[in-house]
Amino acid sequence: MKTIQEINERISAGKAVVVTAEEIIDIVEAKGLDAAADEVDVVTTGTFGPMCSSGAYFNIGHSNPRIKLGGGTVLLNGIRAHAGLAAVDLYVGATAVPEDDPRNSTGPGSFSYGGGHLIHDLVAGSDVRLTAKAYGTDCYPRRELDAWINLSKINEAVLFNPRNAYQNYNCAVNLSDSVIHTYMGTLKPKLGNANYCSAGQLSPLLKDPFYKTIGLGTRIFLGGGEGYVVWHGTQHNPGVPRNENGVPRAPAGTLAVMGDLKQMKPEWLAGASFQGYGATLVVGLGIPIPILNAEICRYTAVRDDQITAPIVDYSQAYPNCKPGNLGEVTYKELKSGTITVSGKQVPTAPLSSYSKAREIANILKEWISDGRFLLGTPVTQLPAAESGYSFKPLDARQAREDK
Amino acid sequence: MALQRLVLRFPARLVDRPIISEAVRRFDLDFNILRANVTPREEGLLVLEISGSPEACSLGVRHLQTAGVSVEPMSGQMRRDDIRCTHCGACTGICPTHALAVDRATMMVTFDNDKCIACELCIPACPVRALQLHF
Repeated sequence: MKTIQEINERISAGKAVVVTAEEIIDIVEAKGLDAAADEVDVVTTGTFGPMCSSGAYFNIGHSNPRIKLGGGTVLLNGIRAHAGLAAVDLYVGATAVPEDDPRNSTGPGSFSYGGGHLIHDLVAGSDVRLTAKAYGTDCYPRRELDAWINLSKINEAVLFNPRNAYQNYNCAVNLSDSVIHTYMGTLKPKLGNANYCSAGQLSPLLKDPFYKTIGLGTRIFLGGGEGYVVWHGTQHNPGVPRNENGVPRAPAGTLAVMGDLKQMKPEWLAGASFQGYGATLVVGLGIPIPILNAEICRYTAVRDDQITAPIVDYSQAYPNCKPGNLGEVTYKELKSGTITVSGKQVPTAPLSSYSKAREIANILKEWISDGRFLLGTPVTQLPAAESGYSFKPLDARQAREDK
Repeated sequence: MALQRLVLRFPARLVDRPIISEAVRRFDLDFNILRANVTPREEGLLVLEISGSPEACSLGVRHLQTAGVSVEPMSGQMRRDDIRCTHCGACTGICPTHALAVDRATMMVTFDNDKCIACELCIPACPVRALQLHF
């Protein structure tokens, strides 16, 4: 048994034993659970995948004369920013796209530029054009603004993502007769391919399946800088069926995270375009798991062959919220390049970069080993598996019949 | 036996002539059409794999050039921006020839130019748009 405080003391002294979520697997296998739990202080995880529920808020500073952007309209490089806040506070979401981009309205849209790309450009140090219209008041008389802004010159710039790091995800296939374009990529007809999107055995919440160490206040690697878990993510759904290791057999827990955008690096926040679907942000995220006891150590040593994803049809079942799936498949099988679905050999492709997830886990390992990164102590826990907290469908009285 | 992958561009005035057929018959070449399209301005683009004796290949190419077709070797045309690429692997499910594939040990995406037929399916399938066709 160890405490986070004891581990932090060892980190500060440069004595902490830190390994990645891949390395712990071999250590537990070689030395046994109890010895591994004694020896290892921290296991680092990582993931690098498209996470649509991401965005950033900014305070751009006041112009002279002042302008009240709140209640007005604001575009950043043609992308609509949410201006329903105070005078010069803005929020930009990763999936926002220009309203009049012809590339998005013809064929399967290309979505070459969106909020995710804008956030990447800001982090890369590029100047971004802000055009705004406001209604003007006695104290904020200006009505229009057309200016270049730069991340280094504005006040706060905070990445604030309401839902990241999904604990497990679907493996997407297409049972229909035609190609479909989805957020899980392009899916060829009649089980032509299968796409999946999780780092599996490196993924943060799959290594702490019951949220025993990850909670509000956990310090994390976010976009190349330091960030925090600040809430459970939207659609957090801890009550799904789990296997004998406690690993959810379907998408389950999620995290809301935030961190200083000015510390982040463009290579860990990439703008992405899903043909026929939209724009998004690929987020690099890594979480250290303190090995407080043998039980937590056991969870971190779960392997790809012990984690399964449900195979879901994205032509009919997903869009129409039909329950059930076409079976389950392990991440080991998914990573082999071929799976069998309904008796058919189907090639697989990942959307989440496993090699980058590995790089993130290694960077975090280095930060902690060097004594540069201390673990955060959660102030409260995420809603747990047995909490009854669940992800509900829309319950609304329909205002008008569907046409 | 020689095997060449060629990018042929036909000006509008040649689009309706059976030039490939002439070259194939006269020089005993085998051919495989990898890609073909005619643009709105009626210029033709043909990506062709030809095989035959080395002399026959070069004579066939000369025949096409004499007729007014621009002929360039195809190799090196699809390029990956290695800074942009995140090695996610989305392209590998779409690539028909496995030119783009996942190295299972490193889980990084490899690109084998020799297998690429420049079909361009990977261009929109890549979320970070790291693949581009260069002429």
